[in-house]
Amino acid sequence: MEKIEFDYSKYDFKNSTSKYKIIFNEGLSENVIKAISKLKAEPEWMRDFRLQAYKFFLKRPVPKWGADLSKIKFEDMVYFARATDNKAKSWDELPEDIRDTYNKLGIPEAEKKSLSGVEVMYESEVVYNSVKKELEALGVIFCDTDTAVREHPELVKKYFGKVISPNDNKFAALNSAVWSGGSFIYVPKGVKVPMPLQAYFRINAANMGQFERTLIIADEGADLTYIEGCTAPVYSKDALHAAVVEVIAHKNAHVKYITVQNWSSDVYNLVTKRAFAYENAFVEWVDANMGSKVTEKYPSVYLMERGAKSNVLSVALANKGQHQDTGTKAVHLAPDTSSVIRSKSICLNGGRTTYRGLVKVKKGATDIKSSTKCDALIFDNKSRTDTYPYMEIDEEESSISHEASVGKINDEQLFYLESRGLSENEAVNMIVLGFIAEFVQELPIEFAVEFNRLIKINMEGSVG
Amino acid sequence: MEEIKVNDLETEVNGKKVLNGVDLLIQRGKIHVLMGPNGSGKSTLANVIMGNPKYNVTAGRITIDGEDLLKLKVNERAKKGIFLAFQEPVEISGVNVMNFLTTTYTNLNGKNPELRKEVVQTMQELNLPDSFLKRSLNEGFSGGEKKRFELLQVMILKPKIAILDEIDSGMDVDSVKLLGEITKKLSKDTGFLMITHNDHVLDYIKPDAVSIIKNGKIIRSGDYQLIKQIREKGYSEIL
Repeated sequence: MEKIEFDYSKYDFKNSTSKYKIIFNEGLSENVIKAISKLKAEPEWMRDFRLQAYKFFLKRPVPKWGADLSKIKFEDMVYFARATDNKAKSWDELPEDIRDTYNKLGIPEAEKKSLSGVEVMYESEVVYNSVKKELEALGVIFCDTDTAVREHPELVKKYFGKVISPNDNKFAALNSAVWSGGSFIYVPKGVKVPMPLQAYFRINAANMGQFERTLIIADEGADLTYIEGCTAPVYSKDALHAAVVEVIAHKNAHVKYITVQNWSSDVYNLVTKRAFAYENAFVEWVDANMGSKVTEKYPSVYLMERGAKSNVLSVALANKGQHQDTGTKAVHLAPDTSSVIRSKSICLNGGRTTYRGLVKVKKGATDIKSSTKCDALIFDNKSRTDTYPYMEIDEEESSISHEASVGKINDEQLFYLESRGLSENEAVNMIVLGFIAEFVQELPIEFAVEFNRLIKINMEGSVG
Repeated sequence: MEEIKVNDLETEVNGKKVLNGVDLLIQRGKIHVLMGPNGSGKSTLANVIMGNPKYNVTAGRITIDGEDLLKLKVNERAKKGIFLAFQEPVEISGVNVMNFLTTTYTNLNGKNPELRKEVVQTMQELNLPDSFLKRSLNEGFSGGEKKRFELLQVMILKPKIAILDEIDSGMDVDSVKLLGEITKKLSKDTGFLMITHNDHVLDYIKPDAVSIIKNGKIIRSGDYQLIKQIREKGYSEIL
């Protein structure tokens, strides 16, 4: 049996992490899981769910079909840390060092711009949570998932782990065992949330695993947009981020889920995201992967009932030392369902992008429309891009299209722009931003500006 | 900048000699017409002046106001006030026309809060609809639209010397007339090297200089009289 310590004095984190009140020693065991559950004062069913998931985690092998994951050391990870004991209700209540960090991320700005309730994740727990009264008046629940387990147990119990089984894959199993934080959203029947709901996440300690768990339920006819964005400082030790995101879109509901992922370049980002779309529901994943060392992420939509639609728009950028293995699944389980997949990837300085997608049509799911378009931009011979578009079509009456292109920056385009006064670097930026414009248009303006800036930073020194 | 002077210029592309000792003078406020058959080196000359890296200068020189032009990068030449209207402007996906114009204008001339208004007015003059501003650069433009968009850039960016590489080809009769009138108006301040295949546009302008190029060499040069001669005697006899 491993010894569990509630260690208040061991300051093996970087910077001012002495403020962390509770950390566990590195490593994972049943006792660690029980302790996490106890600390959160969870009901028995959740504790059992975690323990069951841990068994699946132990049984499942590390997947070998994608990026190289052989360097992940599960035994060296810290599986739980809590920054502050009690959550702050307002900005001023937050500890100063945490406020500083978020000032740099521009969160108060976002508040001023009256973007919705800001929910901030610092380490494993949500420490700052300001939900606007407007949302409460609409009956919308927007809180961290830990709170939801306590305050809305019926809803959580009904949906938690139903879209993504704890036995789905090794990292979903790990998340199910040790999850902490994440967002819980419930939008009642017919309610259209008038502003995007936002959360910021940040890994801020060496060796710190982040296992947030997000569950979004849009009841019949509900409509919501959720935005998740993250930045992280660079550390030398490898960090693991294994999130699970489950989305349920009931009849006629619309859910748009926007992610800008910019983890530091030492993070393994292995995320399972999946949505169930019921009758005439519409689910959109808008997903950008800019950071991390390795990302494996395939936001998927299961089109469960007649008339369901999905739209997956993604951008992946792989710079030096990065492998973005991304894609999507569209699983057509009912007639008259449709899916659109648009993927844009950029690789440079030896970076690697992989598109891995599955379009599946079940027997009996007639009149399916599905279109996939993957475009890759490759900067140099050191970089690499691959496309693996899998199709399993068991119904003849379907209209499925797939297009893929791989291109380099075109000399004629560079010359044209340079002849209009742009430097080579500016010209490259303009071409690259044009390449992903279709994606950026889907982002709210503040995000679009930040995203374009991120792209430009990545392009620095890419030519000449 | 007042003038671009080309002296005894020789150029290669993919190891093949295209220009074979060209001399030419382009002056601000004047229109120089360059004519010649297909493959004679007209576009090559235009591209070399602008600095297209595809072309390799093997001998001769190009100067602007006495300064060596060949040493300058493409965008530095643009900043000196040189503009090339492309014969076949390239398409760039996702780069919106108005954003492109704002970026290039700001780069060359500095900020202009009135730019959008000026662009919209100029587009009306060129019979380009407002919706044009939201389209991707040259993408899906008709041949005539591409040429009018190049002309729009001349009018908006106000270069000191503009090289128009067969801007009249693919234009309908009305657009050619418009091109002539606009060039004439702009030539009070801008210098033009107008490369053309046919002489319709010359009904509307009176060039200050005319050069005929063949096999990478200027074989005839003169003033407006040379055009008259061509019209009377035919092109082939001059060549």
